[in-house]
Amino acid sequence: MAATASLPNPTTFSSSSLTRRHHRQPSPSTTTFTPTKQPSSFKPLISLSPTLIRHASVIPYVTNPTSSSSSPSSSPPATSFHGHCYVVRDNIDTDQIIPAEYLTLVPSKPDEYKKLGSYALIGLPESYTTRFIEPGQYSTKYPIIIAGDNFGCGSSREHAPVALGAAGVVAVVAESYARIFFRNSVATGEIYPLESEVRVCDECRTGDVVTIELGESRLVNHTTGKEYKLKPIGDAGPVIEAGGIFAYARKAGMIPA
Amino acid sequence: MTPQKSERKPSATGSVKTAMTMTEKIFSRASEKSQLSPGENVWVNVDVLMTHDVCGPGSIGIFKKEFGNDAKVWDREKVVIIPDHYIFTSDERANRNVDIIREFSHEQGIKYFYDIKDLSNFKANPDYKGVCHVALAQEGHCRPGEVLLGTDSHTCTAGAFGQFATGIGNTDAGFVLGTGKALLKVPPTLRFVLDGEMPDYLLAKDLILQIIGEISVSGATYKAMEFVGTTVESLTMEERMTLCNMVVEAGGKNGIVPADATTFKYLEDKTSVPYEPVYSDDQARFLAEYRIDVSKLEPLVAKPHSPDNRATARECKDVKIDRVYIGSCTGGKTEDFLAAAKVLLASGEKVKVPTFLVPATQKVWMDIYTLPVPGAGGKTCSQIFEAAGCDTPASPSCGACLGGPKDTYARINEPQVCVSTTNRNFPGRMGHKDGQIYLASPYTAAASALTGFVTDPRDFLH
Repeated sequence: MAATASLPNPTTFSSSSLTRRHHRQPSPSTTTFTPTKQPSSFKPLISLSPTLIRHASVIPYVTNPTSSSSSPSSSPPATSFHGHCYVVRDNIDTDQIIPAEYLTLVPSKPDEYKKLGSYALIGLPESYTTRFIEPGQYSTKYPIIIAGDNFGCGSSREHAPVALGAAGVVAVVAESYARIFFRNSVATGEIYPLESEVRVCDECRTGDVVTIELGESRLVNHTTGKEYKLKPIGDAGPVIEAGGIFAYARKAGMIPA
Repeated sequence: MTPQKSERKPSATGSVKTAMTMTEKIFSRASEKSQLSPGENVWVNVDVLMTHDVCGPGSIGIFKKEFGNDAKVWDREKVVIIPDHYIFTSDERANRNVDIIREFSHEQGIKYFYDIKDLSNFKANPDYKGVCHVALAQEGHCRPGEVLLGTDSHTCTAGAFGQFATGIGNTDAGFVLGTGKALLKVPPTLRFVLDGEMPDYLLAKDLILQIIGEISVSGATYKAMEFVGTTVESLTMEERMTLCNMVVEAGGKNGIVPADATTFKYLEDKTSVPYEPVYSDDQARFLAEYRIDVSKLEPLVAKPHSPDNRATARECKDVKIDRVYIGSCTGGKTEDFLAAAKVLLASGEKVKVPTFLVPATQKVWMDIYTLPVPGAGGKTCSQIFEAAGCDTPASPSCGACLGGPKDTYARINEPQVCVSTTNRNFPGRMGHKDGQIYLASPYTAAASALTGFVTDPRDFLH
């Protein structure tokens, strides 16, 4: 059974912690919640719903190297993400997130996981003149993606949220998601699929500096000075809270601990 | 074994407190609950799990990581593994991925693994099928009332059989491999009532393009799409498959058609597994009901770069095209090639642009070479295609529908315009990012091949 860790201290993902994450180094601190990227492992996720926070416990999956290093704490999970955002429009489909020619890469193989990241959003039309990933790079300068309606539509390829996660994306804020992409994001724990109440992609520009306050369900654009409300995570909350579908099932006694 | 078609449990009939849709009833049976409502999350028992060469290796990786290297799948007869995506390529990683699913299938004793080893000649591989969704139907894995999950978004195709079928990711598939269960939300149902006589220039592809154009590429997100009405009842199984295949292009969780005599007839020689069809109650709650008079519809296309970018073929008659592609789970079935052949035969002319034919499965390939086309004096599709100057039918696989490795047959490698019987036309879908894909029925695709422009098939069929 995954160790039932208590809530971590508030953590901010600065660009430096994101860089660290690409190299999949273990968390340097026992009290810092740093989602260490491991292919096909569940990084701890925290519920966004205020009603769930009361009994929210982060249950990192047992094979996650950081999972045994959590220490008891009584502070709420006020996790936030901070960095430059990359803005896309409606109906960004999985072929644009990771074109089919790269699907020969198997996400559960560490070296191929890393390579998937280097191709994230490479399928975007050339009209996106600022590219998500610079040529020759494995990761992005933009840890947060802002999108319009129906983000991740198309194929069921889990390579899509994986490629984004491998590239260093921590969260997407979209107006809405395609079902399978949302599900895969939750199941893998690769990225937080967040929904905005208004159409934020019209009001943010690529390169704007933004902060997502998970506990407060809030997005702040520091460049424009505007703030936006995020929707509660809803049904996926308990699964996210548990740390992914395997941890959830173990907790529920569905599969042996 | 005789299928238990009429013996229905209380959850499958109307004798429950609240009326249910057929999708709700399948969830109810699979979760062993007598009553369910949309929005509930339940653990369902999975009847069939399908995976393929693109998502199989990742799913297997997760299965082994979570359940252990020596773990066994929950039921070796309920896992179906189908190499079909990247087969006829020299891409080493693609070849390796087929090796991974082969090794796993042997290690686990997977009963239904449709292997291919000799890539130079697909016919030398008797077990090889081709496109998973068409193979699942042809091999009898699509059965009314059951739950089919697959690591492919077009798994929804099997809804044509009155089965709940939907696509999942590697992680969920890894979980199902170990447990046979999945946590699923009961979807609300949108009901589409298609009535009226289908004009002889329309195909199911036109119907689903009409619907997607109506409700948009996110109009059915999280929802079931149930297809009923006299038109649906008149459709063959392959046409019902086309209808259900593209519900995911409207965001749908599953498409579903009530099983009937057509379904039972198709299944007769394909499965000996007893199955139990379910039907929506008269009083079942539908989120919305759409009524469509099919007799009034026209041949349609979806223009670049979205499946809901609907237009009539006639509105696009000035669009010059560079090529035509007939293939995939959507438009590469036997009847799709028969339809294309019918148009070519009616015209008696030669195609004006390169026309690529990729049969979905080995059986479809055989049909192209052996079945006489109705009204063609005994000629087969292959003879008609050859006379019209089409490319020789290729080895069965997913082909260029999703681009794939650079050496994939018929992949769009230049910014060309293509009329295609496939399912998606997002930027880069068939290869080149600036390629323009017009999704259309096999009739419209064949008519367009004959003129070099997007063309309404009525120009040749009348």
